[in-house]
Amino acid sequence: MDWWFFLEVFVGGLLSGVMYSLVALGFVLIFKASGVFNFAQGAMVLFAALTFVRLLEMGIPMLAAIGVTMVIMVILAIAIERIVLRPLVNQDLIILFMATIGLNYFIEGMAQLVWDSKVHVLDLGIDEYDAFEIGEAFINKFDVYAALIAGGLVLVLSLFFRYTVIGRALRAVADDHQAALSVGIPLRTIWIYVWSTAGIVALVAGIVWGSKLGVQFAISSVALKAIPVLIIGGFTSVPGAILGGLIVGCGEKLAEVYLGGFVGGAIENWFPYMLALLVLMIRPEGIFGEKIIERV
Amino acid sequence: MSLKNQNLISKSEVIMNIKNINLSFGGLKALSGVSLQIKKGEILAIIGPNGAGKSSMLNVISGIYVPQEGVVEWKGKRRNKIAPHDIARMGIARTFQNIALFKGMSALENILTGRNILMKRNLFMEMLYMGLGRRQEEEHRKKAEEIIDFLEIQSIRKTPVARLPYGMQKRVELGRALALEPELLLLDEPMAGMNVEEKEDMCRFVLDVNEQFGTTIVLIEHDMGVVMDISDRVVVLDYGIKIADGTPDKVRSEKKVIDAYLGVG
Repeated sequence: MDWWFFLEVFVGGLLSGVMYSLVALGFVLIFKASGVFNFAQGAMVLFAALTFVRLLEMGIPMLAAIGVTMVIMVILAIAIERIVLRPLVNQDLIILFMATIGLNYFIEGMAQLVWDSKVHVLDLGIDEYDAFEIGEAFINKFDVYAALIAGGLVLVLSLFFRYTVIGRALRAVADDHQAALSVGIPLRTIWIYVWSTAGIVALVAGIVWGSKLGVQFAISSVALKAIPVLIIGGFTSVPGAILGGLIVGCGEKLAEVYLGGFVGGAIENWFPYMLALLVLMIRPEGIFGEKIIERV
Repeated sequence: MSLKNQNLISKSEVIMNIKNINLSFGGLKALSGVSLQIKKGEILAIIGPNGAGKSSMLNVISGIYVPQEGVVEWKGKRRNKIAPHDIARMGIARTFQNIALFKGMSALENILTGRNILMKRNLFMEMLYMGLGRRQEEEHRKKAEEIIDFLEIQSIRKTPVARLPYGMQKRVELGRALALEPELLLLDEPMAGMNVEEKEDMCRFVLDVNEQFGTTIVLIEHDMGVVMDISDRVVVLDYGIKIADGTPDKVRSEKKVIDAYLGVG
């Protein structure tokens, strides 16, 4: 066995896993704070990336474009709270979930209506093929930067949930709306916080994915990859989203390289779902998920 | 009991004055022409047969429902429609008939959420657990521990509440309400579904809260023994109308009340 090659595949897998984690993070945020699986997260990634790239094309400098897109994502969050969530307070979670499916199509459509449906090149000034050399292994520079961004984001979000008053309020809202109101937690404000944060995470994911794949409609489907990540890591855990992403990224690359040959290749696409299925059988709440306890 | 009677004189200040309210849902009249005064420091029980409007009354007191007619005065000022999350800020806390706890959190964390509105927000300091963030977390933690000691739930403070027995969950819920340091505490059937021992404990806590913190308490309860034992005053509702209001002894002997409970008339 060629260990340098193994290292290269392994690290490559970890780094691409970080990209999955980025998308999964958006899901976790909203799930933690409202118990809702936000089907529209992928569409939000697409919308954020499209907005950003079109602003760049208009000649707006990068930092300003990021700022403006963030503001737009916050406005989107406020609109979602006002138009979709507020009328559905205290409804069953499945109803909120259905609402996010509708939201998904709406945002996808709107993104392409407002901007357009062409493929846009997003150039952040980092050469995609530039690589570090470690011994005989090549590590993609771009992936390393993406990983650093994701790592920073995760650190901030973990601290936020763990140590802040709002973090605790978020978890309270996720558990019981009525009780949260009774201790003076304003549902609406909390929802705007969460959806804004999820929107900003979507922007980061959109920029990273967009510069790798080009900003195009297909970006909204990277959200699908987030599902096995979430099942493995646990829907309610920020670190879980990261670990899940790493496991998925690493697992699919290693499986492709070392097992793919025996079964005819292209197992990269379904391998994560297999892993997710395994986790579901052994530990249904995911590695870091909150254990669901039901008294009978 | 004797202790409570000595305090009666000081319990004359009215903190909530409800005048002649009508509340209906569509064609259904939930409360008609009900007037009620809540006096500072008292334990007031609202009783009545099923569908008498007790829960509606509690929701009017807390501000969740705004009656179509009539006036609700809180500490001498007329109160209009308020947002549900502002009720806690006014100094009114409550527990629910069906326990409404944050199931994913421990008992301690549940009680800490009750401190949320009293905490200052400084995201940056909080996240780094420094300065103000740290000081206030410690301060509120101390208060939460006091409540835990008071309710004698030290041994379960780190247990996720979903794992606790029913009586303990009720106690944690009371703790969360107390953490708000309310002036007025609303208890919606605090003893429902409890066994005798749990009921005795809960009675003791309700009385202790009233005596030690001077908290005004309004409770709905079906267990007549409990009601007669712990309340200073009892209000009886029947079909949305107030049919009696007075000390437990007085109310118990009123013919209207007996009729309502026995289903006469």
